[in-house]
Amino acid sequence: MSSTTAQTTPSRADRPRPVPSRSRWPARLDLLQSLSGLALGLFMWGHMLFVSSILVSRDAMWAISRFFEGYFFLGHSVPWLVSVIVAVVFTLFACHAALALRKFPASYTAHRTFRDHLHAMRHEDTTLWYWQVLTGFALFFLASLHLGTMLLRPDRIGPFESADRVWSDSMWPIYLVMLFAVEIHGGVGLYRLALKWGFLEGAHPATTRRRLRLAKWTLTAFFLVLGLASLAAYMRIGMQHAPHYGENYVPAWLTGVAR
Amino acid sequence: MSAPRQIRLNVFRHNPQDPASTPHLQTYLVEEAPGMTLFLALSELRERQDPSLAFDFVCRAGICGSCGMVVNGRPRLACRTLTQELPAEITLLPLPAFALIADLSVDSGSWMRAMTERLQAWLHAADPAPDLSRLEARMDPDLADQIYELDRCIECGCCVAACGTVQMRHDFVGAVGLNKIARFGLDPRDTRSDAEFYDLVGGDEGVFGCMTLLACHDVCPKELPLQTQIAFLRRRMLRAGA
Repeated sequence: MSSTTAQTTPSRADRPRPVPSRSRWPARLDLLQSLSGLALGLFMWGHMLFVSSILVSRDAMWAISRFFEGYFFLGHSVPWLVSVIVAVVFTLFACHAALALRKFPASYTAHRTFRDHLHAMRHEDTTLWYWQVLTGFALFFLASLHLGTMLLRPDRIGPFESADRVWSDSMWPIYLVMLFAVEIHGGVGLYRLALKWGFLEGAHPATTRRRLRLAKWTLTAFFLVLGLASLAAYMRIGMQHAPHYGENYVPAWLTGVAR
Repeated sequence: MSAPRQIRLNVFRHNPQDPASTPHLQTYLVEEAPGMTLFLALSELRERQDPSLAFDFVCRAGICGSCGMVVNGRPRLACRTLTQELPAEITLLPLPAFALIADLSVDSGSWMRAMTERLQAWLHAADPAPDLSRLEARMDPDLADQIYELDRCIECGCCVAACGTVQMRHDFVGAVGLNKIARFGLDPRDTRSDAEFYDLVGGDEGVFGCMTLLACHDVCPKELPLQTQIAFLRRRMLRAGA
């Protein structure tokens, strides 16, 4: 034993750091997909809170929509500021959609195989991924329509303006489907994002996963209820305001100034 | 004492070597015994009812990983699955993603070997011919435990069969492959850099193709921390590749 000596192992830190010889784009694209999804998911929740201000009062919703038009900084509304925000969100949305397409089933056979697998496994996170694909596919069209409208008519956001669009322009069925699609897609996406990169994992990953799942369903339920209540409020206002379709909302305390 | 339960086993039958064979489910009735595993039920069935039934086993103790099969839709080890945990009607299918030998027997070995060669999943030591009379370099016990934890993988193929990504991307290395890279990435005796590991798993057929469905983690019979390891490897490969 005395004649033996321990072998030495060179530390990794001592060795030169070679660079990968294969493309680095898969890493970058995966990160970009996650970052764009994170940004859109957080935007979605913020957007829903702003939209639901109609449940507080018409004046509250008016104030929030004017806020994004710079009314309280510039003294007057500049609707194209909203178009700029929408353009940024639209760009993020388009990037996220293009990146997510990489993961979609590439053929009908792949789709059928995955569906068979899904039904056989009855595994929640696998099923939720499929819901993400379906809702993501629906959002290609629904969110593009909504974002396009907001991009081109940023001046039509307000208690009466939005309510007219929801009711008199018959957009409420689209908003109803979009509400479910976006809340399911975003909620599942943010949950998966945390698991994918191991955020918030802590010392007990299984417990964290259970809590994240509970948080996901709680938040999804909360935002769905909030969204449905807000949509109902816009529909009710839209019905009442239908005879005055196209007329903008002016808060009572500004009536003397605005008219 | 109540009468023992009759189990109805619907077993996939097909021999690809036999041109006359067509895939079908064959139903058998087996009387359940206390503590009976699926492996025992299948053994009894083969012994008493149908000697032509093909399924794999070696250790009967969840160590060799030979008896993986799809049990009522989920990949499991037959030797580690008690029939009393299952309903009276059980459907058994061979693991998908692997070449079928016959009935419930699949060639997971060829898949594992190809994956191992592709990922070079063995220790790349500084000295390929070390002096075996010398003591190995000391290793921190906690690190040794971490490596051992990942080394417990028995290559049963359950994670591969449960993976939705593998269903759509046949070149995906699966959790078993990613776990191996995570294991050698931890080992200070392995001389490979993160950039070299990136060359092995830094693509859409590797860690960046994983869609975090986590069925691999949920079905692993050895309860390996696959969720944690894949997330860790993803962060590490991002640093190496981004």
